Amino acid sequence: MRKSVQNMKVVANLRLNDDHYLLQLNAPDQLENIYPGQFANIQVDQSQSVFLRRPFSIHTIDYQKNTISILIKEIGEGTRTLSHTPIDSYLSVIFPLGNGFTLPASKENVLLVGGGCGVAPLLHLAQVLNRDLNDVNILLGGRSEIDLVELDQYAKYGKIYTTTEDGSYGEKGFVTDHSIFSIELDQFTRIYCCGPEPMMKAVATKAKTKSVFCEVSLENTMACGFGVCLCCVTETIQGHKCVCTDGPVFNINQLKWQI
Amino acid sequence: MADLNTIIHNIKLKNPVLTASGTFGYGIEFDDFFDVNLLGGFIVKGTTIHPRQGNPYPRMAETYSGMLNAVGLQNGGAHYFASDIYPKLIKYETNVLVNVSGSTVEEYIACAEIINELDRIAGIELNISCPNVKEGGMAFGTSCSSVAAVVSAVRKIYKKTMIVKLSPNVTDIAEIARAAEGAGADSLSLINTLLGMAINAETRKPVLSTITGGLSGPAVKPIALRMVWQVAQAVKIPIVGLGGIMNATDAIEFFLAGASAIQVGTANFIDPLATVKIIDGIDQYLNRHKISSINDLIGCLHM
Repeated sequence: MRKSVQNMKVVANLRLNDDHYLLQLNAPDQLENIYPGQFANIQVDQSQSVFLRRPFSIHTIDYQKNTISILIKEIGEGTRTLSHTPIDSYLSVIFPLGNGFTLPASKENVLLVGGGCGVAPLLHLAQVLNRDLNDVNILLGGRSEIDLVELDQYAKYGKIYTTTEDGSYGEKGFVTDHSIFSIELDQFTRIYCCGPEPMMKAVATKAKTKSVFCEVSLENTMACGFGVCLCCVTETIQGHKCVCTDGPVFNINQLKWQI
Repeated sequence: MADLNTIIHNIKLKNPVLTASGTFGYGIEFDDFFDVNLLGGFIVKGTTIHPRQGNPYPRMAETYSGMLNAVGLQNGGAHYFASDIYPKLIKYETNVLVNVSGSTVEEYIACAEIINELDRIAGIELNISCPNVKEGGMAFGTSCSSVAAVVSAVRKIYKKTMIVKLSPNVTDIAEIARAAEGAGADSLSLINTLLGMAINAETRKPVLSTITGGLSGPAVKPIALRMVWQVAQAVKIPIVGLGGIMNATDAIEFFLAGASAIQVGTANFIDPLATVKIIDGIDQYLNRHKISSINDLIGCLHM
């Protein structure tokens, strides 16, 4: 689908836990193919301190209802304002932006790893991988049980594994402490990962050790989201690349991570 | 429909709306959003003779009603521009200008010589005002003697329209403007970004990798307007005004201050359609005030 600026109507706003919200947005134009991992750049109501748009992964798409959903974690004034957007109001959204995850050409056994709000693009990814008959395994981590949102949704598309740092749900520890990494990693042909950078680096290290294909979805502060401000760069083996247009999904072999 | 035609030296503009270098990529990035030919023209991003990687991340900080950037002229170099980008720009019917920068006078000359060979490039904007590079850039734009040196050197080899982009980070903008005019500038554009800084109170560290960066957005508009007005009193060559223009009203204010054309910069990041909305809004303003031509508005501030 060609990127465009659309005024989207907020049709649902669901609070998932203390600081996570799910916004469902209805598009005026018919949605076409959006790839898992692509994102939307959303304008917040103009206030003195929130000048720029805020980028969000596209969490789910419903082509019948012509809606997309985004997962918002309140971290500052911009996300707080957006998460409190009333139903029936409109948001200016630029989408779809960036490149999605590389999908297998034929059936494969894949592992999705997400942590915190970084789980956002993985639900759409799981849905598409499941539709394409892959064996989908989804490992989600959080600090505590309350951080693990929408497990029932992910369970529709694959086998769920969980970790919590306090041990309140699933295995205790970080995602990379999960037993799946110590005993079964070779069985996966692809790992897709999104979450806090230290988590992604830890997952990338495990993947690299076993030479498993691994893609990560990066997040950087950006002004435009479509490759003209050149603010969101990340270091790659080919020099500075924009997270918005060259990513946000990168193969770990492209990145200059010390792993 | 009012007459929006205006002229910057030898460049005829079908409307007075251009885009600011570094906020519009190579124009191609906006093809999905709208027909770029609707613009009076666009100015592609800062080009240097050698490729530049730019500054490390983080390069951007959001500020009250604006943003700081410290991109540092990341670009593929003039040869890459000529071989890989220019062929893609030939399809545009509107004016395309190239923003030219360098670390030494020789680099400015070498870069301008390459652009001079490109038929479809209507002119250059000489960037003597980038605050985000260690050498050259703004250093050229902050003293009358260095302004005269670089402008006259490039003037000798560049045959088409040369706009000189001024830095606001000076004590007396009028003096700098006169130095550029005297050295052969065909037009002046102002303002580039204002040197600023952001600090993260929680980490107690500077936000930008370069510590300081260039401030843009509506926060700088009053300063830009004041400087355009001052320069308009000081020189005879046409002025291209920019600095925090978000809508048609902002643009009108710059015409009144003395700008013959304007550039839209940071607004492109927030609304990729800002430029076309501004063109429509200027037309509506002129109709509403029964002014037949944009030229009847330029410098017509009621005192």
